[in-house]
Amino acid sequence: MSDEPAGTPAAEQQAKPSRPPRRKRVVLADSRAPVTVLRTVLELEEQTSWAEEVVRGFIRTQFWTAVRLALVVISTLGALPLVFFFAPGLSEVSVVGVALPWLLLGIVPFPLLFGLAYWYNVLAERQERDFVDMVEK
Amino acid sequence: MELNLWAVACILLVCLATFTIGFRSSRLASTTQDFLTARRTVRSRRNAAAVSGEYLSAASFLGVAGLVLKDGADALWYPIGFTAGYLALMLFVAAPLRRSGAYSLPDFAEARLGSRQLRGLSTVFVVFIGMLYLVPQLQGAGLTLSQIVPGVPLWAGAVLVAALVVVNVLGGGMRAITVVQAFQYWLKLFAIAAPTFVLCALFLGEGGVDGIGGTGLSQPMAPRFTTETTVEVATDVVLQVREGLPLWVEGDGVVDGSRARGSVYWGPGEHTVGAGARLRFAEGAPVPVVSGAPADNATWLRPVSGVGDLLTTYSLIFATFLGTMGLPHVLNRFYTNPDGRAARRTTLHVLMLLSLFYLFPVVLGALSRIYTPELLVTGTTDAAVLLLPGKIAPGVLGQVLGAVTAAGAFAAFLSASSGLVVSVAGVLSTAGGGRGRVRDFRWATVIAGVVPLALALLFPTGDVSLSVGLSFALAASTFCPVLLLGIWWPRITWVGAATGMCVGGGLVLLSLLISIISGLTGDWAPEFLLQPALVTVPIAFLTVYLLSKATSGKVPQETNRIRMRMHAPDRLGFIRDRDIARFGTAEERSKLANGRHRR
Repeated sequence: MSDEPAGTPAAEQQAKPSRPPRRKRVVLADSRAPVTVLRTVLELEEQTSWAEEVVRGFIRTQFWTAVRLALVVISTLGALPLVFFFAPGLSEVSVVGVALPWLLLGIVPFPLLFGLAYWYNVLAERQERDFVDMVEK
Repeated sequence: MELNLWAVACILLVCLATFTIGFRSSRLASTTQDFLTARRTVRSRRNAAAVSGEYLSAASFLGVAGLVLKDGADALWYPIGFTAGYLALMLFVAAPLRRSGAYSLPDFAEARLGSRQLRGLSTVFVVFIGMLYLVPQLQGAGLTLSQIVPGVPLWAGAVLVAALVVVNVLGGGMRAITVVQAFQYWLKLFAIAAPTFVLCALFLGEGGVDGIGGTGLSQPMAPRFTTETTVEVATDVVLQVREGLPLWVEGDGVVDGSRARGSVYWGPGEHTVGAGARLRFAEGAPVPVVSGAPADNATWLRPVSGVGDLLTTYSLIFATFLGTMGLPHVLNRFYTNPDGRAARRTTLHVLMLLSLFYLFPVVLGALSRIYTPELLVTGTTDAAVLLLPGKIAPGVLGQVLGAVTAAGAFAAFLSASSGLVVSVAGVLSTAGGGRGRVRDFRWATVIAGVVPLALALLFPTGDVSLSVGLSFALAASTFCPVLLLGIWWPRITWVGAATGMCVGGGLVLLSLLISIISGLTGDWAPEFLLQPALVTVPIAFLTVYLLSKATSGKVPQETNRIRMRMHAPDRLGFIRDRDIARFGTAEERSKLANGRHRR
């Protein structure tokens, strides 16, 4: 900055044709950081014994939710080969002109998988929300 | 197959669209962040389309229908496994993996377990799985092009795909291929759905199976040729015949140990046919089937017909359910999500998109059992999707539909290859001496494109789904235990992880080696060795567990903090992306720092 009073029309006119000063962004604080740092969040970051316990509990909840849904898949889809092995008569059954095993293997698994995924998404997000509420309360 | 100009035009259009979209997106890419993770700003819907586009490779587009044609009900486990793998990925891996802030699998291993050695080892496996997956894509491209344009050598298609992919990835890395892959998912869905609807309508219009004189799909008889058919045998095969049939032998291959030419009668049993023979079958003759596949339609229709089948099926389930999460190019796309929640939603969308897609190849596979049974004679069943339209709808309609499926197949080769090249180039450029600058990435891209191309030209073409199935087994036995235990089990150590990867991967490679040797010396190895995941995956898990227990002193001190970052909800703001910027040049860093592209 020069000593001349800034903002006089003449000074501006002169500055225009030459290269304008490069605009710099001045960052006083990282905008990504939360606006109010909560004490509990700090505690989580600092790994106090309370925080460790809470986090461990949360991880466990998420884990068992996932395991439960995985068990649904294992007990349904995973059992199908055994069912077909021990009950070969199923192939004789036909539903709307298609053999039952083909329906059970070609169509049914896909809505089942998507449904479970959808359900898990709802559950996991709800548990995350509850955890955040608990931390921020 | 005669020259189909429609198909040539469609393939050229797909290539042109791929290049144009990649080129347009490349202009936005300038930093290492762009090249490796598309700046982690890909929204979940587009990312899901891109993941699906990348995942539906030749094995899905061509292979699934071919396997259904050959193996029947048991092959239905391939699409189920390919889809269910994403459920496992979503339940156990997606969100924590994204929150770990890593940008590649080796980087995750280092971030979690703090070991450069483990990073190096993971790099080796990523490159190996990438090659194993990439080579059949390129070979498939060569095969497809040479079928569509007779006279074109096998290498032409492979070179075309490799060149196009390398150019795109050189231009913009992950940033360039995201939109390309998303576009190619929808293209592939159209290219398989539209022909399926039309062909089904034609099939039903002709009066179903009876109308064309085929064998009903549930009858205990072999499929039948619906027209007089000549089959050229390119490699030696053993055929099984259930009902005796007359045929004419031409060409110059050895058939049943003699060079006899002319009219022959084959009784029930096995017959060997040497390369170069031409077999002519009359209309209505029962179809001889390559040995190892179900010979009659009733067996074909029935799932699990023996203990061997049961084991193979479960092994396949293990490999595909758990292998998807270990495929480096799939995981690579997950690092492009903005946060953990988006990663989860991406997977949910992927499950929907894949479920939609996989309905169609199954129908095409069943139709091809009626219309193109000659593929069962040579065993080249991967061509079913490409040949079926011309068989059901002769004339221009058939040609156009064939062109559409050919274009879809090319989209499959292109999108899978681009994902694989990006992931291999990504780990190569940040491994060892590379500092992850854009220039390193570009050099790595050239290597990641040229080496598999050379391998694809050197090695003979195999069944595309088999080698892809094997890479699933490899991924399930190496990366899956490291990911699952790394994310959920606090006491894993790098020694345990490294040993588990070596043991699991080593066992899979060993079984591959044994089955190759047995294939050369008279097929004595059990079929099980081609899909060994049922044994290797539990062993790998057990190794990681035991070795980690034994080296419990090596648990990283930061474990609790890292675990909290991986699992804490995104809103708490603990997510810290691993520093790619530290690799970049000063200029790149300043571009990143001013946040122009940050959303």
